[in-house]
Amino acid sequence: MSDVKTSPAAEPQTAQPPVRPIAWPAGVAGVVLVIAGSFLSWSYDGSILNDLSIDFYPGGLQILAIIAAVLALVLLLAERGPLTAMGTWLDATLGLRALGAGLTLYMALIVVAISVESDGLINVNPGAYVSLAGAALILACAWMLPLRQLRDLSKARLPAWSEILAIAVMMAAVLFGAAYALGLTDAWSFILCLLFFATVIVALVRTGVITWFGHVGQRHKKVLTLAAFVVAFFFPFTQGGSDANMSIATQVLIFAATAIGLNIVVGLAGLLDLGYIAFLGSGAYVAAMLSESAFATIDWHPPFPVVVLIGACVAATLGLIIGSPTLRVSGDYLAIVTLGFGEIFRLAMFNLDGINGPLLTNGPNGIPGIPELQIGGFNFGDEHTVAGLELGRFSNYYFLLLILIAFVILVFARLNESRIGRGWVAIREDEKAAEAMGVNVFGLKVLAFAIGAFLAGLAGTIKAHQDAAVSPDQYIFLESAFLLAAVVLGGMGTIAGVLLGATILKLLPEKLRFFSEYRLMLFGLLLVLMMRFRPEGLVASRRRQLEFHEEDEELAVAVEEERLIVEEAK
Amino acid sequence: MTVTDRPATDTRQVGQPVLEASGVTMRFGGLLAVNDVDLTVREGEIVGLIGPNGAGKTTFFNCLTGLYKPTGGVVRFAGTPRKPESAKRQVSEAEDAVAVQPLEALTPLPPKPRAVVRAGMARTFQNIRLFANMTALENVMVGRYCRTSSGALTSILRGPKFRKEEAATRERAQELLDFVGLGRSTEHLARNMPYGDQRRLEIARALATDPKLILLDEPTAGMNPLETKQASDLIFKIRDSGLSVVVIEHDMRFIFNLCDRVLCLVRGEALIEGTPAEVQSDPRVIEAYIGTGEDDEDEPQDTVTEEETR
Repeated sequence: MSDVKTSPAAEPQTAQPPVRPIAWPAGVAGVVLVIAGSFLSWSYDGSILNDLSIDFYPGGLQILAIIAAVLALVLLLAERGPLTAMGTWLDATLGLRALGAGLTLYMALIVVAISVESDGLINVNPGAYVSLAGAALILACAWMLPLRQLRDLSKARLPAWSEILAIAVMMAAVLFGAAYALGLTDAWSFILCLLFFATVIVALVRTGVITWFGHVGQRHKKVLTLAAFVVAFFFPFTQGGSDANMSIATQVLIFAATAIGLNIVVGLAGLLDLGYIAFLGSGAYVAAMLSESAFATIDWHPPFPVVVLIGACVAATLGLIIGSPTLRVSGDYLAIVTLGFGEIFRLAMFNLDGINGPLLTNGPNGIPGIPELQIGGFNFGDEHTVAGLELGRFSNYYFLLLILIAFVILVFARLNESRIGRGWVAIREDEKAAEAMGVNVFGLKVLAFAIGAFLAGLAGTIKAHQDAAVSPDQYIFLESAFLLAAVVLGGMGTIAGVLLGATILKLLPEKLRFFSEYRLMLFGLLLVLMMRFRPEGLVASRRRQLEFHEEDEELAVAVEEERLIVEEAK
Repeated sequence: MTVTDRPATDTRQVGQPVLEASGVTMRFGGLLAVNDVDLTVREGEIVGLIGPNGAGKTTFFNCLTGLYKPTGGVVRFAGTPRKPESAKRQVSEAEDAVAVQPLEALTPLPPKPRAVVRAGMARTFQNIRLFANMTALENVMVGRYCRTSSGALTSILRGPKFRKEEAATRERAQELLDFVGLGRSTEHLARNMPYGDQRRLEIARALATDPKLILLDEPTAGMNPLETKQASDLIFKIRDSGLSVVVIEHDMRFIFNLCDRVLCLVRGEALIEGTPAEVQSDPRVIEAYIGTGEDDEDEPQDTVTEEETR
């Protein structure tokens, strides 16, 4: 970043700690200690945490510690050394503090994990203590290092090829990290791995790398989107034919696609819908009833693309039916009505069993035995081998769902940046004013409901085949609540945020089985903490960021400049 | 191509009525808020609407713009609630000035806000009602909603028509922001803008609907003398580009400087209509304002001094 024009320095940081000359060498020493410790044995017992017991043959968790230490070294070198040019842009000290704290916690947790898993502190070998001491040293020295005055990161420019390279590297890291984390089978390793990722991400956020990456992403939006899809596309190939993780991944995708549909209703149009799962359910039921299952109740089995359309249209029609009369109420009242609608759907599916009503759904038994999808000559149940890599049944569904989610994202993004999307947001902001400006308030609300329901119905038809069965108890209120939680947790009105929220809410309970009993409590806690500390969600749109941090004049100016740059580029 | 290009006076044809409200009556239960009020606004005219608090000025506005359905009377307007034209037409229109197409015959307006906006009457609100969490530019772009036509499917497919319309909308919105003097803060969130800018943004948003007549509800409430001066300059500028303006205001100096005609409402009834000089010197107006103080019903910020009414 040395070839960049100079720009006015940011405002001086307040509260400088006293500068201690020993801090920097001590930090380097800490890095050396962590790395050295990681090459030594951490645990006497080789059977736990994927074997950390052999000297000079670091196991996975030890390699993570080494990676963190190398990152710390890079930050130290940005502070003083060959990378100082980078240090004028990035807040190395803040990053180092986060990294030091995270690494210390990581090492402490490793000591705890070893002593819990192998019954006693005695089984912790000196290597772990060496690394722990090193981590603590990094943390201590980071607090003694001075904070620097930084230049405005939004003005940082690298040659386009290297920015694109940065995107590629970041995406490769995501792919590799996801594959590694999902490959971990025991809960301790998984938690430690999550802690490592959290530490690295927080450190990158603190240094400003993520901010810079955000600017890069803005400049190369298409490259970023494409890269994300390429990574998602290659994910099944990292699983070596195993279906365990792919099953979770398909569930995440269905959940995410539905949540993005809900995001139109809640995030854009501002209509609180607590019965949204019913639309996913209606799509799934339509697909089940029209499938070749022995329990299917309709004796007509059109090809799948037709079923998809019918399912989505039925869901959209339900959306219209529920929407037109109830959208006259708003806010809390609408939430209650939609909550009721969700329950009506579930109970209707429960009772359309041929006794209480017409035979459509087999009541509580649902429709089991839905055969694998068959599109053209391609059977989704078959295993395939591509370039020597095995792809199982779930991988097939995964690819189909990838296409689905691409479509859903496309619909969301394009509507968001259009006349329709602006109308929705205007309604969300001030219905009366929107009406007085000539916005078709009622029509747009119904449209939001219908499009959201359409997308959910689409996902539902695939879900029916992937689950091989539908039953009423899959579509309970709790699922609607989780969808809403994914939207709120990730960031209302954003795509990346909802994807992240959906991944967190679906992945964690699957990987941490012991966690599933407490998941409601923990998610509740998580949401409360989010509302307190980051109300705009994990990934906030620039707009939402301004909304919750309105005193931030610099942010407004930055957004303005970014827009001008984009327009110049055109 | 901006609104300012229009020469100040020579194209103004004061004469043809744009709006003709006759016998407008609004009754809330036992309360007669507006009683049999007539108002005619001609092209290129600035009409002031004054009256003590609770006189029914805002209610009258709401009746005109369809937010209320008047219990009596008829509002006739020179224009029909037409559907938006095709994108191509939009572009050529956007290159023209704000309004100034030949006036259509007066037709009764249905009491629906959308129809009213489409016919060409836009308004601002007494208590600012911007889309707080949208940027200034987006606020104005929402104003273009009723003059554009791309639907959901067009927006998803993004054909050339959509792109053209979107670009025209954006350009027009930027133009209007420049017009009201907010060209530099297009990406600021409306809620973070200073008070005076919010007022101007609301005017820009109303202008974006391509109105023939714009109704301003207390555009200078809470402003200092300098901002008030800027506001009256802006209103003149809007008038000079061919629009008619109706403005509610409490600042008498402002209103008598600005308006061609003034209508004074008291207790829901039209007290007097005439030139500023006539209204200013009418003893009934002075009495209504200084009067007995019974009129202070719901709007507490009214502070018209005796000096101002003279």
